[in-house]
Amino acid sequence: MSIRVRYESELKGVFDNLVLMCRHIESAIENCIKALMEQDIELAKEVYESDIIIDRLERDIEHSCLKILMMEHPVAGDFREVSAALKMITDLERIGDQAKDIADFATQLGGGKAVSKLEHIPQMATIVIQMVKDGVQAYINRDLELARSLDTADDKVDELFCIVMADLIALIKKYPEDAERAIMYMMINKYLERIGDHAVNIGEWVEYAITGVHPKKIRKTANGKGKK
Amino acid sequence: MTKYSLSSVNLWYHDFQALTDVNIDIDNNEVTAFIGPSGCGKSTLIKSLNRMNDLIEGCRITGEFLLDGEDIYGNIDVNMLRKRVGMVFQKPNPFPMSIYDNVAFGPRTHGIKNRTELDEIVEKSLRDAAIWDECRDRLRKSALSLSGGQQQRLCIARALSVAPEVLLMDEPTSALDPISTGKIEDLINELKREYTIVIVTHNMQQATRISDKTAFFLLGEIIEVGRTEELFTNPKNEKTENYITGRFG
Repeated sequence: MSIRVRYESELKGVFDNLVLMCRHIESAIENCIKALMEQDIELAKEVYESDIIIDRLERDIEHSCLKILMMEHPVAGDFREVSAALKMITDLERIGDQAKDIADFATQLGGGKAVSKLEHIPQMATIVIQMVKDGVQAYINRDLELARSLDTADDKVDELFCIVMADLIALIKKYPEDAERAIMYMMINKYLERIGDHAVNIGEWVEYAITGVHPKKIRKTANGKGKK
Repeated sequence: MTKYSLSSVNLWYHDFQALTDVNIDIDNNEVTAFIGPSGCGKSTLIKSLNRMNDLIEGCRITGEFLLDGEDIYGNIDVNMLRKRVGMVFQKPNPFPMSIYDNVAFGPRTHGIKNRTELDEIVEKSLRDAAIWDECRDRLRKSALSLSGGQQQRLCIARALSVAPEVLLMDEPTSALDPISTGKIEDLINELKREYTIVIVTHNMQQATRISDKTAFFLLGEIIEVGRTEELFTNPKNEKTENYITGRFG
């Protein structure tokens, strides 16, 4: 087997596992929000279990990438592809953790009455699920435009985050007895916003893999410091 | 600062054009690596830097080869040029004489006869080539008794003994084991403080480990030249990318 054939086959293994990890993450976000909205504790427990699979996939992909780095000594586009995958899985794993944290709040909130005006939370979830999916697809298909579109999608998530936060502040003022539950919803709001940020990070690593330049580096050069 | 400045260089062996319109600057106190598939012209170019090609029948060169601003193919003393620009080859080639005499050979040729002065040069050269500790007690023994890696470092010491400004290395580690290769690479990293180094290598990892600048050659042309880190992570030319990632060559 030639070096290229072995490399391509090992990289395909990484791609397959990334797609699998992405699917588990999509389900985890979907299920944690469903568990929250429908107060379904059993579904929340399923999210815990899927996080174990997500963590295992992260380790498997990490192992494959390190093996490629050691055995194949990739350079140029190959090197960027493998190092981008290594960085992306850290963000994907964190997204899995955040879905688990949301599921955790879903169980704590279970049984009580839901806070009103929550329609924006499932809306945020729908957007971040698509962002994660797009990030991984952009990597697999080397789609620069799709990778760059994640920044715009994240603006929408940030906008919704501010709306939910304002709603929750108003709610606490009006019904101080619901403050504890409102704070838990605020945490969920924050986790969804962070998932959006992680998806943007994934898009940036995809951009690096394709162009050789990380967009944060461009901003750092332009501003004298990196954008947070 | 630029040590060598080459512009519009063309080279023929009889009718065969081995180099076509080569333009490159080689900077002081840096390691410049030449990479590319066999027969692409990298060894031809490195040998042109101290006029080793003069010895090849039918070799014709045009273009400008400036060393510190002076044309090396102009009216200059070739022996003095080779004193300024030393060379180490792929296979260690110690002379069949003692370790001491190998290193003292160059300085003696350039007229140094004083024993104390020669002793100092031999010791400094062997120290600079990181082989002094291994041979200080056997300087009178035959250089051929040394291992391959030691012989190559002895050849580097021999090149350093005439206080050159530039060191040309044509695949200096291709015949060596990984330990000896590591020692030569460490040595190159040390030597660039005092010398300008040009190295031809087929080993991509070696080029990334030791060089500051890399030039990729293909069919007698320089396809791309740039900072090594940049060229190996984000090459600008598709041919460079295809070669260094093993898609051809």
